[in-house]
This record gives sequence, C-alpha cells and structure tokens, in this order.
Amino acid sequence: MQVLQVRELTQQIKAALDNPTFQNIAVEGEISNFKHHSSGHMYFSLKDEYSRIRAVMFRSRNQRLTVVPKDGDMVVAVGSVGVYEYSGDYQLYVEQLYPQGMGLLSLAFEQLKKKLEEEGLFDQQHKRQIPFMPRCVAVVTSPTGAAVRDIISVARRRHPGVNLLIVPALVQGQEAPASLVRALNLAASQPDVDVIIIGRGGGSFEDLAVFNDEALARAIFSCPKPVISAVGHETDITIADFVADLRAPTPSAAAEMAVPNYMELIEHIGSLELRLRRIVVDKVRHGRRYADQLSNSAALARPIDRLRPLKMRVDELWERLSFSAGQTVERSRRDLEVLAAKLDALSPLTTLARGYAICTDSSGRVLTDYTEVNQGAEVAVQLKRGVLTCSVLKGEDK
Amino acid sequence: MKEYQELKFEEALAKLEQVVRQLESGELTLDESLKLFESGIVLARICSQKLDEAEGKIQLLIGEEGERSAFQSEEEASL
Repeated sequence: MQVLQVRELTQQIKAALDNPTFQNIAVEGEISNFKHHSSGHMYFSLKDEYSRIRAVMFRSRNQRLTVVPKDGDMVVAVGSVGVYEYSGDYQLYVEQLYPQGMGLLSLAFEQLKKKLEEEGLFDQQHKRQIPFMPRCVAVVTSPTGAAVRDIISVARRRHPGVNLLIVPALVQGQEAPASLVRALNLAASQPDVDVIIIGRGGGSFEDLAVFNDEALARAIFSCPKPVISAVGHETDITIADFVADLRAPTPSAAAEMAVPNYMELIEHIGSLELRLRRIVVDKVRHGRRYADQLSNSAALARPIDRLRPLKMRVDELWERLSFSAGQTVERSRRDLEVLAAKLDALSPLTTLARGYAICTDSSGRVLTDYTEVNQGAEVAVQLKRGVLTCSVLKGEDK
Repeated sequence: MKEYQELKFEEALAKLEQVVRQLESGELTLDESLKLFESGIVLARICSQKLDEAEGKIQLLIGEEGERSAFQSEEEASL
C-alpha cells in the first residue's frame, strides 16, 4: 500500500471531481447560512430535506445578480463542484443563481444569452444600419399568422408602393428553429431584398422560445442583410432580439421601422420645394426694390416711362412665382433671366455701351468736377471696351 | 443634373436639404441662386419620383430557387 501525502490525496480527489458529472451543473435547493463577506464573495449552503452542500459565489460572478439572495430563498444554482484544498471541503462554485421555478427554458435562455454576449454577438459595433428606402422587405414568418397580416397592413399604410416578400417558415414546434434559419438564408439570398423582418405574433413562453435557438441566433448574426426581430409583444424578449440589428417590440412596429412613411416624406419634399421658391421670390422682390431705387435715382436721369414696363414685368413675375405652384423650372429660370437682363440694363456698364465714359484719376477716384484735376494730370477714361490713358490739356467750367 | 438620377432617395433628399440651406444662407449672386434653385427643383422631382418608384408587390417565396407567387392573405383569399 502506498502512503500518500494529504496534498496528493486532495489532488486526486480534485481530479476525480473534474468530470462532467460535477462540472457546469444546475442544482436546486434552499439557501441557508448566507454570508456576504466584506471581500464581496458570497458564502452559503444549499440544502434540501436530506442534505446540504456548501457553496461560494465569487464577487466577479455575483456582481451580475439583480437581487441579493437571502436565507430561505429557493434557487437554482449553476456551477461546478470543486475542493477547497486548505480545509478539505468540497463545495459548489456558483456561476449563476436563479430563482427556483424559473424553469429549464429560462435557464437555457440565460445561459445562451450569457454565452453569446461573451462572444460579442450582441455588440453594438456589429449592428448594421436599416436602409432608409428598401427596394423590398422580406418577412420571415408564418404566412398564415397574425404577424404577417399586421406587417402587411402597416407597411401598406405607410407606403402603398413598398414591395414585400413573404418567406414562409414554421414559427412553433421543434422544427421551427431550423425552418427559420432556412427561410432567413433564403430571404438573404434574394438580390432585391434590402432588409429582413423575422418574427411571429404573441404566444406562450414556450412558443416564443423557438427564437431562443443558438443556431438561429448565429444565422441572424451572420446574415449579410440587416435583420429586424419582431417576436411577440413589447414585453417578450428573445435571443433573436439581442442579436438582430434592430429589435421591434411587435411585428407592426417592425413594419414601421422598415418602411418609410410616404405621406411624411412627400410633405417634407413639398415643404423644401416651397422654401426654394420662397427664396427666389424674395430675390425677385429685392430686385424690384433695386429697380425702384434706380428709377428714383437722379444720377441716371432716365425717362421714368422706360422703367414702367420693367416694373410691371417684375410685379407680374413676382405674382407668378408666389402663386403658381405648377410652373416649370425652365420657365421660372427663363423669366428670371429676362428679369436679370433688365436689371442689368440699368447698370453703369450698359450706360457705357451707349457711349458714355467714366473718368478716374490716378488713384481710381471717379471724376465729376473739372477742379478735381490739375492741368497735365494723367486720367483714365473707361469706355465700353478698354481704357484710355489721357493727360489733361485744359479744364474749364462750361 | 444626370448625376442626381444615380443618387439614392435619402442621398437626393439630403442634397435637396443642403441646397435649401445654402440658398437660405443668402450671400449668393442672382446667378448662383438661380443655379441652386434649378438643381433644388430637379432634386425635389427626383425625390418624388423615387418615392413613387416601388411597384407595391406583395409576393410569397415558394421555392428554394427563389420562385415567387403573388401573396394572398387569408382574408383576401376568403373573399
């Protein structure tokens, strides 16, 4: 018989416990001797009528608990059995703690959620943008359920022209997850599909649990097109919701997220167009004021009669720009060009064209009085075409 | 104006909004204003066109190869 050191025996016991029977198991029982140590770790026992086992839940694990357990709580603890070598105690190292009665489905849900979350499948950085104006919205669901009816009616109401492609899938029962994965991949392979809604109407927790499937979650994650999840009602949350690019609280809401509102957009475009026209109308109005100023300006000394038709024309243009919504771009542009040309007719350049000239001194100041220059000074004379440099022979008051 | 036709709806809309803002900021000559006005009107037309482009089809995917048929909801079918 070989004589073992205590340490060696303990190592062998530890090794014996390192098998699936004791690793990652769920145990239900009542909490007793609960202590929340100052180190942050939780120490307690789990017991039933006949036995008890020591348990520890380390701080890093228990930080995620939403409710601190207390003596008497009936719980399901998930973790592994191990040996505390120093005292030779075997105990349950608890990873997760759930209230009893949560059921296996909830437990599976929490575990899968944790696993996928740690893998990063829910990370915000992976979320794709939902296209603003999809060519075609694929709807992966039962073709006979309430969900498809709601989605069609909401989508139609928002935008009667939207294209929908219903991709049938089973949404309850054992075959459902595989069927959903197949339909999702099929929908994603359609070239005209820009966004995919996957979901079903309300149902029992078991019904909705088909959307807690790992393979489905991975299919949604790796889907090349953006996916909106729409499972049950507002309060139902599934794994598919976490991994989807966007979670809709209901199928109807999913349709609202996927389909733009036609009336709102038409109104928005209309209001932008109106603003455009208003700005141009303002410009014309401003031009009219400019024409008024010019007609009152003595410097030009033009017969007022010649301005009258122009002012009438500006008024008429203004009326038309303000009140005719149906006018074409070409017409408004042409009208405005005519107006611009008329305004241009009043500018000094046109005056030059009629044979008048502008005389400036060497500093560029416009000369209006013969006493402003001395005899022999150099002046520039601006003609319609080109400039003459002249020297002053004589100045007199004629 | 042809390049505008290539824009996606949301891009054309963003461009239209930008044109309006630019015009409203003032500080443009009449000629520049007219050019912007013209592209704004064209963009507004393109936006409306794109909104009306979709055909409004509701189809059912019936085969693995992507075959489709017109979709009839139960209510329509029972009428």
